[in-house]
Amino acid sequence: MESQTIEIAERGGAAPAEISADMTPYTAAASPARASRRRGAALAAFTPVVTAAIALGIHRGVINRQNAVPSGAYARFLIGVIVAFVLLGVTQRVWRRTKSTRRNFAWAAVSNLLHWFVASAPIVAAGMLVLCAWELVTLKFNLMPLPYFPGPDGVLQTLVDDWRSAGLGQPGLAECMVQSLVLLLSGYTVGSVLGIICGVLIGWFAPVRYWGMPVMKLIGPIPATALIPMALMLFPNPTLSAISLIAMAVWFPVTMLTLSGVSNTRASYLDVARTLGAGPAYLVLRVAIPAAMPSIFVGLFMGLGASFLTLIVAEAVGVQAGLGWYIDWARAYSDYKKVYAALVIMSVYFSTIMTLLFVVRDRVLVWQKGTIKW
Amino acid sequence: MVSRQRAAIGGAKQGLTSDVPASVRIVNISKQFISTDGETVHALHDVSLTMVAGEMVSLVGPSGCGKSTLLRLVAGLESPDAGALYVGDAPIAGPSAERGLMFQDPNLFPWLTVRRNIQSGLVARGVLAERRHEVDEFIRLVGLEAFANSYPHQLSGGMAQRAALARALINHPKVLLLDEPLGALDAFTRMRMQDEVLRIWQARGTTMLLVTHDIDEAIYMSDRIVIMSPRPGRVERIIEIGLERPRQRNGAEFLRMRAEILEMLHFAGNAS
Repeated sequence: MESQTIEIAERGGAAPAEISADMTPYTAAASPARASRRRGAALAAFTPVVTAAIALGIHRGVINRQNAVPSGAYARFLIGVIVAFVLLGVTQRVWRRTKSTRRNFAWAAVSNLLHWFVASAPIVAAGMLVLCAWELVTLKFNLMPLPYFPGPDGVLQTLVDDWRSAGLGQPGLAECMVQSLVLLLSGYTVGSVLGIICGVLIGWFAPVRYWGMPVMKLIGPIPATALIPMALMLFPNPTLSAISLIAMAVWFPVTMLTLSGVSNTRASYLDVARTLGAGPAYLVLRVAIPAAMPSIFVGLFMGLGASFLTLIVAEAVGVQAGLGWYIDWARAYSDYKKVYAALVIMSVYFSTIMTLLFVVRDRVLVWQKGTIKW
Repeated sequence: MVSRQRAAIGGAKQGLTSDVPASVRIVNISKQFISTDGETVHALHDVSLTMVAGEMVSLVGPSGCGKSTLLRLVAGLESPDAGALYVGDAPIAGPSAERGLMFQDPNLFPWLTVRRNIQSGLVARGVLAERRHEVDEFIRLVGLEAFANSYPHQLSGGMAQRAALARALINHPKVLLLDEPLGALDAFTRMRMQDEVLRIWQARGTTMLLVTHDIDEAIYMSDRIVIMSPRPGRVERIIEIGLERPRQRNGAEFLRMRAEILEMLHFAGNAS
């Protein structure tokens, strides 16, 4: 019993990184090897400063071969990175992984975020080197020509310029992001709710399975984007048709994974629940659905990927704003700086949304802690 | 027939109301399955057994003798092809909270904490509000106070099995069905758990039907041992264990019975 208690204390306890940060000076002095390792870790937080400075040196010092006017946006960005990581590096001992409670919620959020930045410093540093390479092959040595391959400065400047308006009276990136988010959220919500409902019905009730599976198997694999003509025909406006296409794209994987999770519920859980006096409602809602949750989240994850794809394609048809519309519109004008700017936005935007899904999953599947690996 | 003496520890010490045990009658049960390759398997053939209320009976026999099937029939999770089963005077028509079940795998719901697992029987029957006070009593009964808010994956095998025991007991079942509940535990934990189950049995007086592979466990725990034989599964013999409780695991009489049962199961050669 005692060893079990210890084991749990360890599992629930601090991450290794935190332990080393909490070490007292006296233990550090006792082990010189550990002290030097700690100094190395502290220096790692400053690596982005070095690589951003190199990038800045290249940007300012190497002659441009591409015919582009430097805007100063890239230089400002690099200086921002340098300043931010100097500050983070100096204060790195302050930012710890903090367990969020109701009282210190805001502090914990800030502390965890900044701790994450400090811990990711080497990755940011590597990112700066990638920017260097990008600039060298485009703006500096012109190995890849304009207009197809603008350098980081041009793309960054486009991001700033187009934030409010894309020019020619068209909506800017900010408005496009909002528009896309509205479509994405409504389509994703409708699709995943329908998917979970269909999945549970098909997974639980044998007759629904008999009749539902063939329909699923025939309709599901059709890429939602192939249904664009039909959607435009069936729905009165392009927004609704885009939402329905996204919902369709999300619905299939969510339904499949939900029904698989529900129908694979361990029979012994159901047996135990029955001998505890459970009725059908308890068996479905409190046994089968929780048991299917890990599988449902795989479906929600796959559905999210499908929803991004469908969003971008569906927006290229009919609607007058949104990231998909923007990228299509920029391509039509051969304004590749805008295309790259949209890609940068999408990458940050979509990965943030996906991270949010993971946060929700970690909350819901807290009982699986230590066993999930994706 | 029931030759047990109740130990000093009574229900009052646990602060729990004693359950009302019920007799179990199994009358001329037959059950067959169609195996995956389409053959008919006679799991049970004309099996009869009567358990007095409050009795502890073990089912012993080689694999394939239908012990677990018999247990599932009493639980109401399967229905017999012929014959009938009764708890008290009522025929068994399906699973019910009056017949608790425990498997070799604790089968705790992994998405619920220990406390929520234990109270799931109350939730399932919609009586949590009025019976909530009992949850803590049962957590204490199995000594899991410190782990009430842990998830099953954080528990050791013995702790998980104790939680499963509390969950099975919270509905005050008249009959508790145990399908090799201690089979997966190490020898020491198993012996401790045997005493724990006995303590609860003596305190609460629940009728218990125990499937086991372990002859020692059967002799140590039960009032009677039912020896079954396979293909088709039927009752071979019923042995009354008249030993006084608490029993000595290496007493002369204990060892004599062990040898006798092993002989009966044709394992005499391996036993010595």
